[in-house]
Amino acid sequence: MTLPFFAPTDDPGPDFAGLVRRLRIPHGPVAPDGRVPAGDAPVALRHGTTVVALRFADGIVMAGDRRATEGHLIAHRTMDKVFPADRYSAVAIAGAAGPAVEMVRLFQTQLEHYEKVEGVVLSLEGKANQLGQMVREHLPMAMQGLAVVPLFAGYDLARGTGRIFTYDVTGGHYEETEHNATGSGGRDARTTIKLGYRAGMAADEAVELAIQALYEAADEDSATGGPDVVRGIYPLVATVTADGFARVPDDRVAALFASLIDRRRGEGAQS
Amino acid sequence: MTMPYYVAPEQMMKDRAEYAQKGIARGRSLIAAIYAEGIVIVAENPSRSLHKISEIYDRIAFAGVGKYNEFDQLRVSGVRHADTKGFAYSREDVDARSLANLYAQYLGQVFTHEMKPLEVEILVAELGTDRRPNQLYHIAYEGTITDEDRYAVLGGETEAIAEKVESAWQADWSLADAVHATVGALAGPDRTLGGADLEVALLAEGSGRRTFRRLTSGELDALLA
Repeated sequence: MTLPFFAPTDDPGPDFAGLVRRLRIPHGPVAPDGRVPAGDAPVALRHGTTVVALRFADGIVMAGDRRATEGHLIAHRTMDKVFPADRYSAVAIAGAAGPAVEMVRLFQTQLEHYEKVEGVVLSLEGKANQLGQMVREHLPMAMQGLAVVPLFAGYDLARGTGRIFTYDVTGGHYEETEHNATGSGGRDARTTIKLGYRAGMAADEAVELAIQALYEAADEDSATGGPDVVRGIYPLVATVTADGFARVPDDRVAALFASLIDRRRGEGAQS
Repeated sequence: MTMPYYVAPEQMMKDRAEYAQKGIARGRSLIAAIYAEGIVIVAENPSRSLHKISEIYDRIAFAGVGKYNEFDQLRVSGVRHADTKGFAYSREDVDARSLANLYAQYLGQVFTHEMKPLEVEILVAELGTDRRPNQLYHIAYEGTITDEDRYAVLGGETEAIAEKVESAWQADWSLADAVHATVGALAGPDRTLGGADLEVALLAEGSGRRTFRRLTSGELDALLA
């Protein structure tokens, strides 16, 4: 590798994705010249599944199940779908696992790269726009069946509040006022959150509601993984507040699931 | 057709070196020192936004003296190199030694082939791990690279400053001791420097993977008190 230098009139600035393209470093299933491989998508692709985000009084909660599927098979049981994007934001993914994880890696590097080159951190809205551009660039792949639909949320330091952004495959992004969920089990998760949501919830309540939403989604959707008590694998839950990104410890998530399951047993759940 | 005057290569190199040294000596000096918990870099810099010390990667810092636009271009290029390398391979494959070598190659190339040498001296510092010691690479305007294991002084008149740091040096000294000694060495006998005149940054283990941190002028005043 050599030191990358550019003429002042031709400088990529703080844009890491642009830099990677200029240096022809391969990323994602797109060839470095921007061509998309022709033909239909192979059938057995790993897919990511249910991810949720909701606002509470001091920030946001984001959670995602751990299952990846290839067609009707379970491909992976411990996949992470919730990632810190930087200190004050988180990104969750649904869709084709390979390109989605690659997009997250590019996004994480992009945010840090911007911060180091410019000496200031991007605004939360700026970060949301950046992710939108990455999803838009991925559109040709989405048209071939390799869609990536992220969920982005973070703590806006300037406004002093948590904010959530959802995306469509064209890179369009929309700010949500309260909550959202995406992925194949997203509908069930959304319904659960809608029923239990109150504005200004405490962090504990919000974490509990996110866990309940994932439980309901896994109950209805075969591609969403529920709590795996046998192997001790639980959905990944994280919060972003003024103190930054923090993962809810696994044992706490396990305990919350245990009490949820106990309640259901007590109610004699049939459906 | 006019014939160019013959200039002996020795003379040409000497002129270039003098030119670069003069440019560097116009600015203020900078000291990097290893202390008990990591590496501290201290520069005299009244500006809060035009930094001499910056973050390159998780455990790597950059510092430059001389012409701001020239070392800032080197800094950005280093960030680009480190981020693309970490993206193409893995974060742990990014190391200061290879970056320092690239800088040395580039500075040497510019010094011998371009019209004007770069009027900069730079430092690449890397916080060590259990398996790797702390590293300080000092790279001069003509591409000479030296590997220091205790402290490095960059700038024009470094000898007097280096002597002062040497006499105050203690193995495994605390941050406060290191900052006191380095700030005293930069100030010299006739001046005192406060938090507002200084730019100080650390490479030290904290809460996350990124170990670079700037000290605020409040923190600095407290350390200097």
